[in-house]
Amino acid sequence: MELTLAIAIGVLTGSGVWLVLRPRTYQLVIGLSLLSYAVNLFIFSMGRLRVGAAPLLGADGTGNPSNYADPVPQALVLTAIVIGFATTALLLVVLLVSRGLTGSDHVDGRESR
Amino acid sequence: MELYTLLVIIALPFVAGLASILLPSDSRTPATWLAGATTAACLALTLSLYPSVHGGGIVRHRLEWVPSLGLEFTLRMDGFAWIFASLISGIGFLVVLYARYYISPEDPVRRFYFFFLAFTGSMLGVVLSGNLILLVVFWELTSIFSFLLIGYWHHSQAARDGARMALTITAIGGLALLAGVLVVGHIVGSYDLDAVLAAGDRVRRHDLYVPALLLILLGTFTKSAQFPFHFWLPNAMAAPTPISAFLHSATMVKAGVFLMARLWPVLSGTPEWFVIVGLAGMISLVLGAYLAMFQQDLKGLLAYSTISHLGLIALLLSLGSPLGLVAAIFHMLNHATFKASLFMAAGIIDHEAGTRDLRRLSGLFRYMPVTGTLAMVASAAMAGVPLLNGFLSKEMFFAEAVETHADSWVDTIAPYAAVLGSALAVTYSIRLIHSIFLGAPPPESFPRAPHEPPFWMRFPVLFLVLACLLVGIIPGLTIGPFLHTAVSSVLGDATPEYSLVVWHGFTLPLAMSAVALTAGALLYLAAGDYLERAEKPPLFGRFEGQRIFERVTVAISWRWARLVEDVFGTRRLQPQMRLLVTAAIAAGAIPLLASGLSFGTSGNATLDVAFAGLWAVGMVCAVGAAQQAKFHRLAALALLGSTGLVTCVTFVWLSAPDLAVTQLVVEIVTTVLILLGLRWLPKRSKALLDPSGIFDRMRRLRDLALAVLAGAGMTAISYAIMTRTRPDSIAGFFVERAYSEGGGRNVVNVILVDFRGFDTLGEITVLGVVALTVFALLRRFRPAPDSIERPEQQRIQRSYDEAEANREAGATAAEYLYVPSVIMQWMFPVIIVLAAYLLLRGHDAPGGGFVAGVAMAAGFILQYMAAGTAWVEERLRILPVVWIGVGLLMAALTGIASTLFGDAYLTSYFRYVELPLIGKVPFASATLFDLGVFGLVVGATVLMLIAIAHQSTRRLRAARLEEEREQEERQQWS
Repeated sequence: MELTLAIAIGVLTGSGVWLVLRPRTYQLVIGLSLLSYAVNLFIFSMGRLRVGAAPLLGADGTGNPSNYADPVPQALVLTAIVIGFATTALLLVVLLVSRGLTGSDHVDGRESR
Repeated sequence: MELYTLLVIIALPFVAGLASILLPSDSRTPATWLAGATTAACLALTLSLYPSVHGGGIVRHRLEWVPSLGLEFTLRMDGFAWIFASLISGIGFLVVLYARYYISPEDPVRRFYFFFLAFTGSMLGVVLSGNLILLVVFWELTSIFSFLLIGYWHHSQAARDGARMALTITAIGGLALLAGVLVVGHIVGSYDLDAVLAAGDRVRRHDLYVPALLLILLGTFTKSAQFPFHFWLPNAMAAPTPISAFLHSATMVKAGVFLMARLWPVLSGTPEWFVIVGLAGMISLVLGAYLAMFQQDLKGLLAYSTISHLGLIALLLSLGSPLGLVAAIFHMLNHATFKASLFMAAGIIDHEAGTRDLRRLSGLFRYMPVTGTLAMVASAAMAGVPLLNGFLSKEMFFAEAVETHADSWVDTIAPYAAVLGSALAVTYSIRLIHSIFLGAPPPESFPRAPHEPPFWMRFPVLFLVLACLLVGIIPGLTIGPFLHTAVSSVLGDATPEYSLVVWHGFTLPLAMSAVALTAGALLYLAAGDYLERAEKPPLFGRFEGQRIFERVTVAISWRWARLVEDVFGTRRLQPQMRLLVTAAIAAGAIPLLASGLSFGTSGNATLDVAFAGLWAVGMVCAVGAAQQAKFHRLAALALLGSTGLVTCVTFVWLSAPDLAVTQLVVEIVTTVLILLGLRWLPKRSKALLDPSGIFDRMRRLRDLALAVLAGAGMTAISYAIMTRTRPDSIAGFFVERAYSEGGGRNVVNVILVDFRGFDTLGEITVLGVVALTVFALLRRFRPAPDSIERPEQQRIQRSYDEAEANREAGATAAEYLYVPSVIMQWMFPVIIVLAAYLLLRGHDAPGGGFVAGVAMAAGFILQYMAAGTAWVEERLRILPVVWIGVGLLMAALTGIASTLFGDAYLTSYFRYVELPLIGKVPFASATLFDLGVFGLVVGATVLMLIAIAHQSTRRLRAARLEEEREQEERQQWS
């Protein structure tokens, strides 16, 4: 399971990095989204992988920490997901506006050479 | 009571300044009253403290600031600070009165008084600070507000340049001062002024004394316009004259000499102090007076004269003798009085005659005899004529210059420099009087017919000139006791005997005064005509710090910057990204290579086939998205979404239900968002963009290598971490206390809204800012020309409508996907209920403000998709900006509420509430906070989505106008 997730993080990162290095703005948007999946999963995996141990306490509200998955990376990732959406939106809009102003969807605002 | 007086004196100008911005824009008179009342109140409060500081008393007011760093907000008033505070607020009051008549109604008055009051407050802060760091903070504030004041008429190039130069020089000095103060604090072990003043011997003997001295002097020399930093002062004359009168008499430039006198017991008395301060003072004294003679601008003459007089004060401070300090403080007061009155008189002349060019002014005395008399008396004080205050301090100065303090050449030439500087001062003072007031009126008339100003505009000048006279004639009865209080507060037991009388008998200083007066007058007789015609001062004409400053500025900010950009920069994004990725890979690889990479053994060693299958799909989708993003955007988007769903399932699988729900709803809105954006991207033509050249191939190979390397690195690192046992983390703390202290059973949610609530507040603020930015960017959105046309699909539908006789244009588009759209409309209430459910259960079960907010936003945007923008907005007013504002306020106020109960910010309150019929309901203040998060997330998400969705209606409007115009043209032709 760990190996699977590690390889998955690697593949997501690789795809994202490849796209980030491409010249078209849309590739950049998709690439950053893939990268943010990879980063979120990476941060999440810092708490180690647990099955069936969601950090929800029982009715009496007490719990032994070792019975639950680490809630801290989860809290970090939760806001990261929402902020990631916001930055994707911002990037998309910046790229659209830049395309409107320059007439090109190249990341430099004009075709190379 | 006394304690708060100090705080009020400093706070009052700032508060009044802020209040003055709120006045209506044409309120010159109310603003004047406000500023006048403020400065008068500061003066009265300062005067009321005299009994406490008289006889060596000190008033202190201590507030904790950052106690762990030794920073305290300490205000401290002793006799010296008292006399300066009175001077600042007193002259400030006169300046307000004067400015009432000087500033024209067309000028933005509120801005003037805001800057003025804030500057006054900062200056009072400098003199009343009891902590060196606090002093530096106020010091920098005076730099900033003087910058704004000098640049008040920002439409003029000279004002902008002068302001920029003043800020650059004094702010650099301020930074040096901060460094110097830190060194002193390090030596003494405290920044408290009392502690520092008591540790003089320790500071002077310390190895770091010279660096500290140099840094502090850099600060005071730049502020007091001492050579070689003097050149900013004449350029600052572009300020309105009331400001010049304030900045260059009682405040700003006095801050430098004030601080030198303040730290005099600590820093002075060493050879280094004597040589550096003495030399700078002496050069400023002589050079300033010399350059002042050649000025053709009246204010320029006064500016150089200010440099000269500040040099005199610095020279006195350098001597290290108590009598020198007495003379220095006395001259600070005297200079402030006569220089303020002269600047005001210069302003009156400029105001009434329309020019302040000495070559064009002449014979003004017959038009304005009263102003003329006052200006003449003030000039005489500046020249050091007996029976005026300038004479007394100059006499003391001569006496001190003659004394031998340290056996060096600086000491030897001091008396000669003193006489030379004074003689030149006499020359320029005579020139001022003679060329403006005496002689015949010029052949060509003045730009304006000169006449006396209103009484109240002249009153401040009159008042100050009377002060010069009274101090000059009966010093012991007027300034004597106050000067003694000030001096003894600096010197303590070392206060020397001195006598403040006009007549000391025939002494050497008297002879020097006589020589200076005679020589100055003779020099004017001999060279007066030449001075009147001189374009540039001889000898030192090329010796301009200003030119050096400009050259350095250009070199740093333009040439070097260009050079660095040429060498390291590129305007292209891809090479930059490549560098960034390479650097990131290197940053990850170097420590791994240095210490090796090993994998642990913990974790689930067996391969879960279902999980592997899930990610096989996920990885194929990710690679597919990467491959398709160039030509098949929609396919890439679908593949991206699939990857997101796989991520979401992973979260469910691995015990993170909160993340899973959030990821799911965010996935939905992201997809909608990008779909909305797709419409504005250009069509891709395959033939044009296919990589063909060998260089393209090489580049792609290199990028591929980078991508593979990055991916492999991440795999290795994450595997290495996941197979190690988890170290002890703070997780246990949160799990144990989530319920007992946060009152929630969903630990992730409790962390977000309670334990780390302040972080969350910051994050939602970012979210709101981003949403507003998106909104602002799209308000002026101009689509590319080839995207303005209707999308192809709509054109096909439209042409079908037009071909059929019984169909209206646009009907097909409206009916498109009719059944799903009806279902989406029906789902609206269901989604609202879902969102509310997610929000309310969030504290105990998966859910919470973030996910509920995004779900709610998805509900709104589904309505837009189902029925179209126009239909929705006729029926539903969403007001996303209000959602954002209310949400953010609610989250912030919930935090403040806890401080009302005496707890730290955002401490949550939790209890069970008994509701009739429903029973026991958990209630935590964190729920309110989460409600704020919810509101903000709804507002931000909806705002972004709607802003993009709206662009299509904008296009319609543009297209409609286009069609109408075409129709009109067609009608005209037919």
